[in-house]
Amino acid sequence: MPTTPTAAPAGGMLEEAWALDESVALRPEPFGALAYHFGTRKLSFLKTPELVDVVRLLATSTSVEHALRDAGVPESHWPAYVGALRGLATGGMIRPRGQRGQA
Amino acid sequence: MTILEERTAPPPSPGKLVDQFEKGLDAPICLTWELTYACNLACVHCLSSSGRRDPRELSTDECKALIDEFERMQIFYVNIGGGEPTVRPDFWELLDYAVDHHVGVKFSTNGFRITAERATQLAATDYVDVQVSLDGATAEVNDAVRGEGTYDAALRAMANLRDAGMRDFKMSVVCTRHNIGQLDDFKAIADRYGAQLRLTRLRPSGRGADVWEDLHPLPEQQRELYDWLMAHGDRVLTGDSFFHLAAYGEPLPGLNLCGAGRVVCLVDPVGDVYACPFAIHDRFLAGNVRDLGGFDTVWKHAPLFQELRSPQSGGACTRCSAYDACRGGCMAAKFFTGLPLDGPDPECVKGNATGALAEGRTRPDSSRDHSHTGTVRNAPVPVTLLRHRPSAMCDQSPLA
Amino acid sequence: MTDPIQPETDAPEQEAELAESALVEEVSIDGMCGVY
Repeated sequence: MPTTPTAAPAGGMLEEAWALDESVALRPEPFGALAYHFGTRKLSFLKTPELVDVVRLLATSTSVEHALRDAGVPESHWPAYVGALRGLATGGMIRPRGQRGQA
Repeated sequence: MTILEERTAPPPSPGKLVDQFEKGLDAPICLTWELTYACNLACVHCLSSSGRRDPRELSTDECKALIDEFERMQIFYVNIGGGEPTVRPDFWELLDYAVDHHVGVKFSTNGFRITAERATQLAATDYVDVQVSLDGATAEVNDAVRGEGTYDAALRAMANLRDAGMRDFKMSVVCTRHNIGQLDDFKAIADRYGAQLRLTRLRPSGRGADVWEDLHPLPEQQRELYDWLMAHGDRVLTGDSFFHLAAYGEPLPGLNLCGAGRVVCLVDPVGDVYACPFAIHDRFLAGNVRDLGGFDTVWKHAPLFQELRSPQSGGACTRCSAYDACRGGCMAAKFFTGLPLDGPDPECVKGNATGALAEGRTRPDSSRDHSHTGTVRNAPVPVTLLRHRPSAMCDQSPLA
Repeated sequence: MTDPIQPETDAPEQEAELAESALVEEVSIDGMCGVY
């Protein structure tokens, strides 16, 4: 399940459709964004602007891979980004599309 | 990107978050908002020297305008305190207004007004958390600091909250010389009510300056506290108030840095903005929300905050092996004990402040004092001389 | 200490590196000093 930055392709998640949970607010910061989940009171910092773009693009992207491409994330960085998305998923900040909690 | 660029792109390395925080943010992560200086109690260590309402208090409309500003700035979460915030007649209205405008609230209370009915309302309100203050696991220890009947009132409030179905509300304790021995008992009380225990540091702020010498934990008690906190991991909250104890070794959970003016601040009942609630003094006054440009302008542009967001001089502390961990400790603790801000914390665990504390030093005058001047029914009887000795016999209403 | 969302490793020195490269860091809502 977890990936390291130098691991092989991240597999399944790249093909999945996800979105920010509707209880999450995203506040831009100079280095990225602050994400706050009103329900769980979890606070996360997204530490690169590209990750913020990816997270914003998820809802309208057919897959994570599309969001990564549209955000201009180099393929060599994808495992790190998917790792970050998995972490956000574990915390309930993002949800698979088609599930409760997102549009 | 070309194929060559993609293959050679270095891995992302955003660096440490706390380094970003020290440069400041466009809005606080969260902030403390003292709604009123009025209070029905007269706790000996009150950090805001509360008791009497200030006639210049923000009006209901001004409070709502401030909440609107918090919403625009996307401050997701505020901690409301005082004084005792529930003595404001518009408290419940403001609470609802905040949560209706995407501002989550945790409010701090002595519990006197958390009736069963209010508890039921609170349990039904999303995005509101409650923090009940308790400073002794027994009435004897607690009431000596907070006043007669306050232990019972706090437990009653917590029972009401539990019975109304509120889970994981907070029970917040200020650690003193007299309650360090009660940590397990505090945990048991919190567990009994389904609350989360929170232990916080006594600072020599407000009336705390008068009692600090007698109440602050002794060095060996600090060690006991640290060991206990390490043993309880993330289950016990601290509000990051013990980051000076990181000098012992492993840091406790939290950002482990002074957030004043960088990630947090205080808005006081008359709209004054201070670097932090433990630093209510002209020295740390950044501006006022009634100034042109409101709170947003103060946060972004106040000279005091620009100063705090620039690299700080660690002074003598930078030569200490523990400096990276403790960062020189608490600014407010140093200021109110008359120690230099670029020197050790008065409770430096390496004992580096002992010399300075033994010498003559000038403690700052209290520049904001809303303490009761008359007798208050519950007032604890101090065992040492205080600055604010009662001067009249009559009971002064906190609502006056 | 903030909690970087990263896979666990056995080596403590690698952990520090991972914290630096973590793209997301979780911060406790109670983890900031200067708040009630």
